Amino acid sequence: MPDTAIAEAPAKAATGGNILQVRNLEAWYGESHILHGINFDVNAGEVVTLLGRNGAGKTTTLKSIMGIIGKRAGSVKFNNQEIIRATSDKIARMGIAFCPEERGIFASLDVRENLMLPPVVREGGLPLDQIFDLFPNLKERLNSQGTKLSGGEQQMLAIARILRTGASFLMLDEPTEGLAPVIIQQIGHTIARLKKEGFTILLVEQNFRFASTVADRYYVVEHGKIIDGFSNSELAANMDKLHTYLGV
Amino acid sequence: MQALYAQLLVGLINGSFYALLSLGLAVIFGMLNIINFAHGALYMMGAFVAYFLLNLGGINYWFALLLAPIIVGIFGMILERTMLKFLTGLDHLYGLLLTFGIALIVQGVFQNYFGSSGLPYAIPDQLRGGMNLGFMFLPIYRGWVVVFSLVVCLATWYLIEKTQLGAYLRAATENPTLVRAFGINVPRMITLTYGLGVGLAALAGVLSAPINQVRPLMGADLIIVVFAVVVIGGMGSIMGSIITGFALGVIEGLTKYFYPEASNTVVFVLMVLVLLVKPTGLTGRAA
Repeated sequence: MPDTAIAEAPAKAATGGNILQVRNLEAWYGESHILHGINFDVNAGEVVTLLGRNGAGKTTTLKSIMGIIGKRAGSVKFNNQEIIRATSDKIARMGIAFCPEERGIFASLDVRENLMLPPVVREGGLPLDQIFDLFPNLKERLNSQGTKLSGGEQQMLAIARILRTGASFLMLDEPTEGLAPVIIQQIGHTIARLKKEGFTILLVEQNFRFASTVADRYYVVEHGKIIDGFSNSELAANMDKLHTYLGV
Repeated sequence: MQALYAQLLVGLINGSFYALLSLGLAVIFGMLNIINFAHGALYMMGAFVAYFLLNLGGINYWFALLLAPIIVGIFGMILERTMLKFLTGLDHLYGLLLTFGIALIVQGVFQNYFGSSGLPYAIPDQLRGGMNLGFMFLPIYRGWVVVFSLVVCLATWYLIEKTQLGAYLRAATENPTLVRAFGINVPRMITLTYGLGVGLAALAGVLSAPINQVRPLMGADLIIVVFAVVVIGGMGSIMGSIITGFALGVIEGLTKYFYPEASNTVVFVLMVLVLLVKPTGLTGRAA
């Protein structure tokens, strides 16, 4: 398993203890076999980014960890507890929060209801005043319909609502997709601040420039496998390879 | 004029049943995406449970108002757990056929044991008699049905539109996968929602028992009109179901006064007109 070795090497450079351990993760959409044995680790307090082209399996990896994909195999351990067979509501209650690529803002709920929707699963979530400190726009638009917000505000709302829950491990799927540069910058500041607050973040990104401003480590996903991994300090030495992987 | 007011009252009473039943259907359709053709049979079961409670257990109308919805609601939840939940993701047609089959079986069983004629269920002593309002005579029980139905409908609307539980329900209607990924047990919530919708039907059955007697086909006679109400109000719309339920009851009552020949068809004519002008119903949203 060469990719297991790739996955384990950079993880040693990180600061905290191992919080997520993914081994030989496979996933299927109906008959389509999407993930072919994903291996990687995330340590407490780091920001790890999954990079890769469209259709490589990055989002499916997040969904498989979250228990949203019906058919999956292998092993996913969160805080040393096996969760591969757990349902998504149980996984959420263990302290993993997921912010989907399409943001998942509910049209029938106003901003306040969207924000308060995810239940608090454990202590340690951000109080509302801290959330409004991070995202002041939301405070002004609490009574607006969720889907009437701009794309950037919807993304902020999607991140804000999972910060309340007390989940310490956040999975953000392409949080910058389709957003203006100024909003992307704001999301970057937010992720950096969340890291300082002690959150562990698994990020899926196609925007490599953005990822490089927040990530501690990177894994490259291709055809449903991790094909490479390196830390931020090794980034400069790996730029050529990365351009080849991402086709940029 | 007396006859007009009397028909208005009949319309309001019918509207109460339409509103309670279509509200249950709207809740179930919104959450489970199932067109619950068994709703009429479950309404009938509510009336029969009240009848059994009184005649076998000596439990009066007031307790039946509470117990019958719970008992029939539990029966509904068993149906959801053992059959309906397997229809998730399938075409509406499967749910419609399955619930239609359930309705036929339930009605058939009751018809087998109790025949087609009605069984009497007395109006409770506290609600006997009537009041002379000057312009009309108002039987107290009928006034109670209208007021109580309205209160239950508004309470259900409040539960769904204004509470955290209601926010879960509305969100799960849009994206159950994501709501579950937030840590909410959506399958359990779906079962309870079906139980709530069925409980509302059973409650309407208990309210109806003293007025219409208890008959195995009492739901079958009503359910087609109730579906028309739901379509006019907008599938899945809570307030739409309540307003349309009462409004169509009144329109039906007025038609009985002004042009009796059309009273059985006016609801369906309105349904056709609404579908032509606004296919999603008066308050429904496009998918």
